[in-house]
Amino acid sequence: MNTFASRFASTGPLAELKRAQKDVEDDEFSDTMWGTQAGFGSLAKGVPTFTVPNLPDPSAFLRLHTDDHADPNCKIKIAHGTTTLAFRFKGGVIVAVDSRATAGSYVASGTVKKVIEINPYLLGTMAGGAADCQYWETYLGMHCRLHELRNRERISVSAASKFLSNLVYGYKGMGLSMGTMVCGWDKTGPAIFYVDSDGTRLKGDLFSVGSGSTFAYGVLDQGYHWDLTDAEAQELGRRSIYAAGHRDAFSGNTCNLYHVKENGWEFIGNYDVSKMHYDGPGDVAGSAGVGYGYDIRVEGRSSANPPA
Amino acid sequence: MSDTVTLAGPQQRQFNPYSDNGGTILAVAGANFSVIAGDTRQSEGYNIQTRYAPKVFRLTDKAVLAVNGFAADGNMFVKKVKQRLEWYRHAHSKDMPLRSIARLIQSMLYGRRFFPYYVYNILGGIEEDGSGAVYSFDPVGSYERETCRAAGAAQSLVQPFLDNQIYFKNQVAAPGTSHPSHLPLSDVLALVIDSFTSATERHIEVGDGLEIFIVLARGAPIHGLEAIQGIQEMTSNAEGERVFIVRRVLKYD
Repeated sequence: MNTFASRFASTGPLAELKRAQKDVEDDEFSDTMWGTQAGFGSLAKGVPTFTVPNLPDPSAFLRLHTDDHADPNCKIKIAHGTTTLAFRFKGGVIVAVDSRATAGSYVASGTVKKVIEINPYLLGTMAGGAADCQYWETYLGMHCRLHELRNRERISVSAASKFLSNLVYGYKGMGLSMGTMVCGWDKTGPAIFYVDSDGTRLKGDLFSVGSGSTFAYGVLDQGYHWDLTDAEAQELGRRSIYAAGHRDAFSGNTCNLYHVKENGWEFIGNYDVSKMHYDGPGDVAGSAGVGYGYDIRVEGRSSANPPA
Repeated sequence: MSDTVTLAGPQQRQFNPYSDNGGTILAVAGANFSVIAGDTRQSEGYNIQTRYAPKVFRLTDKAVLAVNGFAADGNMFVKKVKQRLEWYRHAHSKDMPLRSIARLIQSMLYGRRFFPYYVYNILGGIEEDGSGAVYSFDPVGSYERETCRAAGAAQSLVQPFLDNQIYFKNQVAAPGTSHPSHLPLSDVLALVIDSFTSATERHIEVGDGLEIFIVLARGAPIHGLEAIQGIQEMTSNAEGERVFIVRRVLKYD
């Protein structure tokens, strides 16, 4: 009944998309495509337009061909599986993510950049559909710049995250999949907002998103307090991603670590999860200089690994 | 009997506009060159539709695009990318830079987010700073710059080999030495040919022919490229980047 009604409704996302489709058919190659607007030419006219299959239920079509939970043999695999975390403390915001992308049980990439640099003051994290996060957070970055030009001041993290959540809410039920944390530093100090494709938007001090989030939370919660030093906080972020990479098959490879301070974000480093297991993250602030996993398991167990 | 009404059970129909045409593509970036390759077999299920269907296309003198997945979508996509690049040429009197082509491909793929092209794209070429680059895409437009990438039917056979031979994964350098960050062109060409002969042996959807595109940065030495048998130059504009193609036969069975 619902689908039947929505077929003929003149409001709602479905009708919107049908209108968008009609626009595309009417004028598939608009004048803006000639310019330098890199496909975002429609920014001048409002939101970008999308091609939609001419079917009673386009989202069912998309689900049929892309959702690998419903059908593992479906052709179009959208990369999934992740651990991302961000937390607020007295020294700013720590953002740490893994770098694995999986398609079914195949590791499609081990070098994914899951932190999206929206602008020098804002970071977004990537969980769920890689393209959804990449595309919409880039789009968010363009609108943040427009806000700066129009209002002669930087956009707040709150406003930026609300722009994103309102945007994806407009596509609710169409099959977008993203769980992101918008992190930054504005007039109010360090801030984190969790935004997902269901339309949820939460302000908080500490979040972890993705299949490995439970493992990351375990480490994060027991080590977290507001007065962490910068070095301690960075180490906690690394250690939490390591824990998730170690116990969650869909997370791993490397950890990317960012620190947002008053003057914008800073990339701290890239750490191999296996190296962290055996040797630790290397010569970095906050590290004890030993592996997180190996020595504590084997030390003193054999003559090859004598007690320290 | 003509008036008999058959009371059939409920029927369900699905709109399935996609097919998988097999094949494999691969690209490797060097310090001042880029190599993009693909086999030429096109199949559907166990049937070989043709032994020569190109999957790798020259876009400009500094950009080559390889497409894999559903051939009809792939061909249409390449056609549209070429059209947009021509428009760009008319508007700006120059070729679009590689990183901009990469972003263009993202927006074109994402424009079909709700009716995706079933295509895996790999873009290879020369960046504005003269370095070799490879960009790989998923069907809805997420992309990343990498050093090497395989996609398609034999991706899971070829990529681990490349990881080992190009990134030196799971290899330990001899004491006092280190692994090179970029391989010379001759080594890369040998690895690419070996990847495809091996994939042909172990994957039924790979074979027939191999097309290798080589893009050289402006002013880069030709490193004995002219000695390769059957090499053809496809450069359209002298004193810019240069594009070459090498064809090889693969097994037909």
